[in-house]
Amino acid sequence: MAEDNTASHTILVVGGGMSGLTAAVEAAEVGYDVILVEKNPYLGGRVAQINQYFPKLCTPSCGLEINFQRIRNNPRISTYTMAEVTHIAGEEGNFTVTVRQNPRHVNEKCTACGVCAEACTTEIDDPFNFDLSKVKAIRKPHMMAYPLRYVMDPEFAKSDAAKMLAEKCPVKAIEPDMEAKQIDIPVSSIVWSTGWTPFDASKIHAYGFGHYQNVSTNMHFERIANKYGPTGGKIVRPSDGKEVKNIAFIQCAGSRDHNYLPYCSRVCCLASMKQATYVRNQYPDAKVTIYYIDLRAMDRYEAFQKKVETDENITWIKSKPASLEENPNTKDPIVIGEDTLTGERYATPYDMVVLATGMETNTALNAKVPAKFVSYDEYGFIVNQGNGLTASGCSTAPLDVASAVQSSTAAALKAIQTVVKG
Amino acid sequence: MAYDLSFAKDVYENAEEGHWIKMCMQCGVCAGSCPLGPHWEFSPRQLFQMIRAGKAEEVLKSESMWMCVSCYHCMVRCPRGLPITHIVHGLARFAVEKKRADKDQVTRRFAKILWENMERGGRIGEMALTTKLYMVNGIPDGVKKGMEMKDQAMSMLKSGRLKMDPLHLSRIRGHAGFKAMLKKAREIEQKKRES
Repeated sequence: MAEDNTASHTILVVGGGMSGLTAAVEAAEVGYDVILVEKNPYLGGRVAQINQYFPKLCTPSCGLEINFQRIRNNPRISTYTMAEVTHIAGEEGNFTVTVRQNPRHVNEKCTACGVCAEACTTEIDDPFNFDLSKVKAIRKPHMMAYPLRYVMDPEFAKSDAAKMLAEKCPVKAIEPDMEAKQIDIPVSSIVWSTGWTPFDASKIHAYGFGHYQNVSTNMHFERIANKYGPTGGKIVRPSDGKEVKNIAFIQCAGSRDHNYLPYCSRVCCLASMKQATYVRNQYPDAKVTIYYIDLRAMDRYEAFQKKVETDENITWIKSKPASLEENPNTKDPIVIGEDTLTGERYATPYDMVVLATGMETNTALNAKVPAKFVSYDEYGFIVNQGNGLTASGCSTAPLDVASAVQSSTAAALKAIQTVVKG
Repeated sequence: MAYDLSFAKDVYENAEEGHWIKMCMQCGVCAGSCPLGPHWEFSPRQLFQMIRAGKAEEVLKSESMWMCVSCYHCMVRCPRGLPITHIVHGLARFAVEKKRADKDQVTRRFAKILWENMERGGRIGEMALTTKLYMVNGIPDGVKKGMEMKDQAMSMLKSGRLKMDPLHLSRIRGHAGFKAMLKKAREIEQKKRES
């Protein structure tokens, strides 16, 4: 590393999902100091919410666990959770980044013993499960949360009950009075990996998400299929808890559509094929129908499609459904459209319908970078300029996990180049 | 077999909004959204694909594009932004220009009667229009239909919803200007066709 005592040699990584984790460990493991900033109270991002990865169908706890180990064992990485970048000043090699550290109300003494949660009687919607279930107002953010520390709901923190819980904590870790802090950090280089948000399916009026109880989305379905999800991993429909024996997946729900997201998010076809296997594994007699415009199983993922295609209980219908209705008595969603291979119109009821929604980049929503440091494409993804701020993962394009890891490894190299230039 | 693209090119260039057909990705949302869907021989999606495949006679002689009721469901939902309603009307017009459309097609006959009525007075003359429509299948049938509806007609007359103007003599204000406008529009259309 160049000898220069005036400038920081630190790399700031914004976002602690799979992309940010990758950039952080790749840079730190070859000897660079890294500060990792994450908005959530835990690392792992969207990947942590996923039930199984395609195409191997292993659980994400595996891949994440390895990365958490790498962080834990590496003194060069400092992690800030519940922290957001609010301002960037300076230039390549000499940035000053302002970070807002939101109060967790639980300090580093926490041993995750769980005494507080047991004593807590207030429940809130669990954001980790997309508000599909309730959770204690003081909680472990999720089963395999890293850092392993509890977090308290900010509204609850204002209550008297919170103060009583603080007294119950055997290690005095609860601080209801904890306040937000602002920190200025000098860094040489920035990696921007703020990830994505599932497209808001309620915007697709014709599909009735939010009105029809048994119309869900693919990210909700990941939680529904997960052992620690709202139904304990039992795939049942929201309206009456009935086992889902006849389910439809609708591809391109809000994607490749000039009314919503005009682009293809690349992962949703694979995600639905994967989710079809969740249903088929749980119910050997279940029927699955996948409605598609055309299937996009990129590169080697076609092998996964071929594998799923061997299941005779999975039907593929080449059609973008026009609309959904609901049988008011049974609450069965009815999928309406034209089968484009036969020209026949259909109106088919299912136990449950899953909308395969796409990815909206957070750089278009709530993680915008000041325009002088980046340029955006027409959809809000960042186009890298080689100026010390490098976007990676889903800040640059809709990517599957493996591609996001590649993109972020490349970004780590770009960040190192800035540090070395001095 | 090689594709014959001449018909597709003709449609793209000469049918109203025809160039949009290139953009169709065959998803089927238009067909699924159409309230008359099952009653068409071909959905908009199928018509577009047939045009690409060079099926000129099947498309031009089809009754399908005459079935559109202009509800615009297909158009607002089309993920590629095709003005499908307008394209379908454009295809009907195109079939007339190519002298392939059936002269007895009911929608075509209705459209012609409606237009002539409207052009005459500058707006619809309901009494003359209704009379003419009732008579399309001959005078005895028309009289029978008229008698069936006489109570309704009388109460509409009484309440002023129907004007007593069987010969359609009423004219809008500025009728000459209206006529001049239509003449100009026809000239522009003619020039466009010649170029």
